[in-house]
Amino acid sequence: MTESQATMTAEPVHAADHVDHYDPLGAKIGMWLFLFTEVLLFGAMFIAFAVYLRQYRIEFMGGSRELDRYLGLLNTAVLLTSSLTMAFAVAAMARGQTRRAIGALAATLLFGAVFLVVKAREWGYKFSHGIYPQSETMLDRPVGEQVFYGLYFAMTGLHALHVIIGMAIIVSAAALILRRRIRPDRHIYLENTGLYWHLVDIIWIFLFPLFYLIG
Amino acid sequence: MAGISTTLSAPLPNYLEAKPGILSWVTTTDHKRIALLYLGGMSFFFFFAMSLAVTFRLELLFPGMQFLSHDIYNRLLTLHGVVMIFLFIIPGIPAVFGNFFLPILIGAHDVAFPRLNLLSWYCYMAGAALAVVSILSGGGPDTGWTFYVPYSVKTGQNVFWPILAAFILGWSSILTGLNFVTTVHRLRDKAMGWFQMPLFVWSLYATGWVQIIATPVVGITLVMVLLERFFGIPIFDPARGGDPLLYEHLFWIYSHPAVYIMILPAMGVVSEIIPTFSRKHIFGYKFIAYSSVAIAAIGSLVWAHHMFTSGMSDIARIVFSFLTFLVAVPSAVKVFNWIATMYKGAIRLDPPMIWALMFIVLFSIGGLTGMIVASLSLDVHLHDTSFVVAHFHYTMFGGTAVIFIAALHYWWPKMFGRMYRVRPAKQAVWLFFIGFNMTYMPLFIAGAFGMPRRYADYLPEYTVFHQLSTIGSWVMVAALLLAFYNLVHSLFRGERAPEDPWGGATLEWRTPTPPPVLNFTGAPDLSRGPYEYPEDVAQ
Repeated sequence: MTESQATMTAEPVHAADHVDHYDPLGAKIGMWLFLFTEVLLFGAMFIAFAVYLRQYRIEFMGGSRELDRYLGLLNTAVLLTSSLTMAFAVAAMARGQTRRAIGALAATLLFGAVFLVVKAREWGYKFSHGIYPQSETMLDRPVGEQVFYGLYFAMTGLHALHVIIGMAIIVSAAALILRRRIRPDRHIYLENTGLYWHLVDIIWIFLFPLFYLIG
Repeated sequence: MAGISTTLSAPLPNYLEAKPGILSWVTTTDHKRIALLYLGGMSFFFFFAMSLAVTFRLELLFPGMQFLSHDIYNRLLTLHGVVMIFLFIIPGIPAVFGNFFLPILIGAHDVAFPRLNLLSWYCYMAGAALAVVSILSGGGPDTGWTFYVPYSVKTGQNVFWPILAAFILGWSSILTGLNFVTTVHRLRDKAMGWFQMPLFVWSLYATGWVQIIATPVVGITLVMVLLERFFGIPIFDPARGGDPLLYEHLFWIYSHPAVYIMILPAMGVVSEIIPTFSRKHIFGYKFIAYSSVAIAAIGSLVWAHHMFTSGMSDIARIVFSFLTFLVAVPSAVKVFNWIATMYKGAIRLDPPMIWALMFIVLFSIGGLTGMIVASLSLDVHLHDTSFVVAHFHYTMFGGTAVIFIAALHYWWPKMFGRMYRVRPAKQAVWLFFIGFNMTYMPLFIAGAFGMPRRYADYLPEYTVFHQLSTIGSWVMVAALLLAFYNLVHSLFRGERAPEDPWGGATLEWRTPTPPPVLNFTGAPDLSRGPYEYPEDVAQ
């Protein structure tokens, strides 16, 4: 069975000598299950947020007012746009427009980098005002605000880590496109990369209002 | 998909001999070889954790401290729990027997993601190495395997390594679950519908979902403990405004479903062994299949029964108590169906069958005492006593570990192509039965009389129970050594095993022993259902 025949069908196909089959639907099921675990991973943190929001309502609102909601809004726009360019990349690849796909991936990377720079500025700004865990300024504040900032650093930090991982995967996808390992008829890797990136985006969509807009 | 299109006249090389060399093993993507890699690691850690338990059990032979300090005792206890739970019982049956037989049972050549499968094994070994290093690093953890805050945030001992180990092992577990769920959906033979799958496959499928749903929660919860410990981020510590009860919830949201990750595959194996040795179609196939899913679903909603004395509201406690009772229903469905399967069957008492029958006895004791601790009023008395220790050893050890050994005896001839000696195998079962009950039955009684769990010392009134238990542990270890010696011995001296030594009806018995690299010599033969035996007169 030739390579192209194997890739045309959605059914898993086995080569006779080794178990290398191309099953895009299987790969997609696997990816969705993985994304499900990521949602649950953040889900536990959102539960913690919900519990403490109820317990320390006033302090959480106070903490939220101190965050720069314009920078948060900017980052939301940046990340949403990056999801759009990611979707462009997948659509271009499916139509065989390799150069456009690479271009769209580069744009996605750029937006990801902008997001991280803005995030780093925000963190740096807080640090310079002595707002970080266990700092003297922090310990003088009510415990509710300490918990708020604890969750803020933990959750946006974990999210930023996911942005970095997502960017690394995008770089690897671009490399695979250049080496023709991802092709128009065999681009599930790129599609799964897109799914991961959209997940990172969606998590931010929940982080933004919960931290920046409850004040 | 038509299987292998080429027909070969020469016999295919079996998976053990296909490629020689250590390197070919540690880079293999063959699900059967990966299963054996797991088996090697798991056997080692099982005996390692067992020797820890034998050591602190010996300490408990007399009241007062004999040869261990309190600190060392706490660390041995913690490491015993961490290694047994994370390195043996949770991955045990899926990683070894699921890996080896899931693809064969559904007529596939491998799992859906073979390379991911190998990655799972490396995650497992990395996590295992970290867990063992943690005790050798001097300040071994002393928190118990549950890592309860605030103690786990404050203790001077090293909790970083074991928590990191648990986190990495969690990923190993998730990847395996994800792999199996996708495999069942995508690689099942076209001719095999959902209700023609062997029940072991059903149980692995349900387990895969529990692994996917529950594990990430404990993963991130443990990461939050580390964030709190090393960066001072206030999350759980009450002194910093956190809520320790929240930790317990998040921990048990995973760790209770985890006991179903442990027991469901074992129940699946029992559903294979009992019909094979009764020569009878499984009774109530659909009920057993659905009960696996029901256990997975209800079992995800009972976690807070570990926290009846932690200070929850009465309503929460009543709801969780009720749900806990509810989970007994699908469990009992399975037990009744196994017994109904044996009714009027042509029962053969081969070693795997005796292990499986012993499972039914021990697991029923474990399950029914579970109902006792699920009762709110009784649990207030029994919580944190050795009654609970006896209860979960009856379910986990008498349940899952016993079936791990049963599965080894059931599938050993197929996996290695060698037949072990039957007589010592049977002797080991009876010796184990005596030793097991002697070890844990006294702990029920001592616990009901108020003996706290985890203590390094006890009042003289409890001496007789502890001495019975300690002596029982020696008998049990002797039985396990005999069983494993007998198995390993067969690798060198055993007779060659036939294709189908037990007269089983599932697909693995209709492929050469040991199986070829791609599992089947031709297209898998699905003309016969998984529980259709020629001797079965009822059909």
